[in-house]
Amino acid sequence: MTSSLKTVFLALAAAVLAAPAPFAGEIKDVWPDLHRDVFQSRALLEDGGIVMEAPDRAEDAALTPITLRVPSEHAANAKKVTLVIDHNPSPVAFEVTFGPAAGTGDRIISTRVRVDSYTDIHAVMETNDGKLHMTKKFVKAAGGCSAPALKDPDAILAEIGKMKITATAGDGSTTGALPEGQLMIKHPQYSGLQTNQATGYWIPFKYITNMEVKRGSDVVFTLAGGISISEDPNIRFTYAPGNPSDMIEVTATDTDNRTMKGASVSKGS
Amino acid sequence: MPDHMDGKSRSTSVLAQTLGSGRRSPSVCESRTQTREWLGFRADAEGAKRQNRNTSASSTSLRNLALALETLSADRRALLVGSASLATATLLLPSASRATGTAFVSEVAPGVFVHQGVHALFAPDNKGNISNAGFVVGNDSVAVIDTGGSVIVGQQLHDAIRSLTDRPVRYVINTHMHPDHIFGNAAFKTENTVFAAHHKMARGLAARAGRYLERNKDLLGEEAFRGIEIVMPNQGVEALTKLDLGGRILELSPQKTAHTDNDLTVRDVATDTVFLGDLLFSGHVPTIDGSIRGWIAVMDQLASQPAARVVPGHGPASLDWPSGADPLRHYLTTLATDIRALIKSGKTISDAMAGAGQSEKNAWQLFDDYNARNASAAFAELEWE
Repeated sequence: MTSSLKTVFLALAAAVLAAPAPFAGEIKDVWPDLHRDVFQSRALLEDGGIVMEAPDRAEDAALTPITLRVPSEHAANAKKVTLVIDHNPSPVAFEVTFGPAAGTGDRIISTRVRVDSYTDIHAVMETNDGKLHMTKKFVKAAGGCSAPALKDPDAILAEIGKMKITATAGDGSTTGALPEGQLMIKHPQYSGLQTNQATGYWIPFKYITNMEVKRGSDVVFTLAGGISISEDPNIRFTYAPGNPSDMIEVTATDTDNRTMKGASVSKGS
Repeated sequence: MPDHMDGKSRSTSVLAQTLGSGRRSPSVCESRTQTREWLGFRADAEGAKRQNRNTSASSTSLRNLALALETLSADRRALLVGSASLATATLLLPSASRATGTAFVSEVAPGVFVHQGVHALFAPDNKGNISNAGFVVGNDSVAVIDTGGSVIVGQQLHDAIRSLTDRPVRYVINTHMHPDHIFGNAAFKTENTVFAAHHKMARGLAARAGRYLERNKDLLGEEAFRGIEIVMPNQGVEALTKLDLGGRILELSPQKTAHTDNDLTVRDVATDTVFLGDLLFSGHVPTIDGSIRGWIAVMDQLASQPAARVVPGHGPASLDWPSGADPLRHYLTTLATDIRALIKSGKTISDAMAGAGQSEKNAWQLFDDYNARNASAAFAELEWE
């Protein structure tokens, strides 16, 4: 993560936490502030340059599936994609920067995020010439027993950093679709916000800050992430077909400077 | 443990247990020293000082409790005594419905009472009365097992106890951390009440406490939410632990991760009645907040242990065992089978949320409220197989 982005992640966390909690009926629109802080209030095109799939209601607020797609007509010029969950404590969920092996068909990034309350989610795609394309969706967080905390912390900590990476060669020759990979990392993604004054119990933050995904020696994408990515991060992504011998290789770093590496079992092409 | 005791010391000892840093807290019945540890006594100088700071009243009650627990560690003898005196105890109890008039609780076995909650989500009109709660009456004291989803329900349970016996409620046992089972705890707070739970419950609850209060305040509304506070367990159960209610033994068994990572079962030895908490749902669709594989494994293991009857966390006041768990086990295995097939064919978590487990739809109430979330949790777990 660049230091400036890190500052944004942390500064926004503080700013939004200080604001009163929104209720279902009256949700403060924090987007103007986020637009200014994250995107310097630059013009946003709502022209289909970025497409987002998210549920209307987050069944499990700790594990909400989000799919971002850059349509093929925009893909060649796409530089990066940023996901902003407006009302999360740290609104910038992640920033994905495409590399030379990202491919020129429909580019898809799919993952699971934490949604802390009723909120707009904004996805912004930046092109190589500096234009911003935006789409948004309102997501209702489910009530009840859903929790941002871990179901079984011991089980996850015991296996921290374990990776499972799969790559499907795809049949791009016939459908034009890019091959698809899946990256799974065992990681608790502690937010650092899971504290309790009454008991004095709190959990220091521990989350993945950076990932680099390569096909062979070429970068598919790098990701700078924050606490909004769900525990045991799971990312599905497309990539450009390469040499038959290429593997999908992943390096991830967390806030403890733990470096985690993994590679696909099957070939990445 | 008295609730005026220094909060920091208490949380430190809970932390030491749950984090595994420092001494582990062993089974209460292993030795005299260990029993004292379980009660919060510490052998070191700091512990001794802390103990001396306590008022005589609370020290005395803890000491009595220690004696009671130590006495029962010769379990076989204690059990025999317990069975003999139980008969006497039960004779002294009027039948529940006669005593309370409202039939707030039913007596599922001699001295074992259960209140049945409704199948619903938290809402102002049900006042948090959406789960089962119960109590067991011994010669000397009463143990409450879960307290309902509001102080209103907890107080009704307390009133039902008072209509049956004057014996003190010495123990409040929580079968797991969920709000619908613990929000009534405050109705039983005294300086001597032992709040016992799985040793991992304190950690799980601490991580969720703020959210539980915030979310459920909205759902329950002001009236039903009044008085609700998070009452943390002051005794964590890490291995099979026996409580003596006076001639009557309860066995507390912490389970491996299943419905949650802090499920605790409670067996009344005298009547062979087992309170399963939310390890068992009947009628109300199960909810997964732990591990689907773990839950199936725990149910397999529990099903091999006979019981005269069991009390589910949601459903009738009592069920036959192990047949009462058949629908739940069918649901869990169906969901797991569906999801494994989806994973194998490269489908996504969203696909699982839309399709997995749908063949069970008509078998359960509240299916649409929870099945997609269950599928999501199960998918995230099973994709690592």
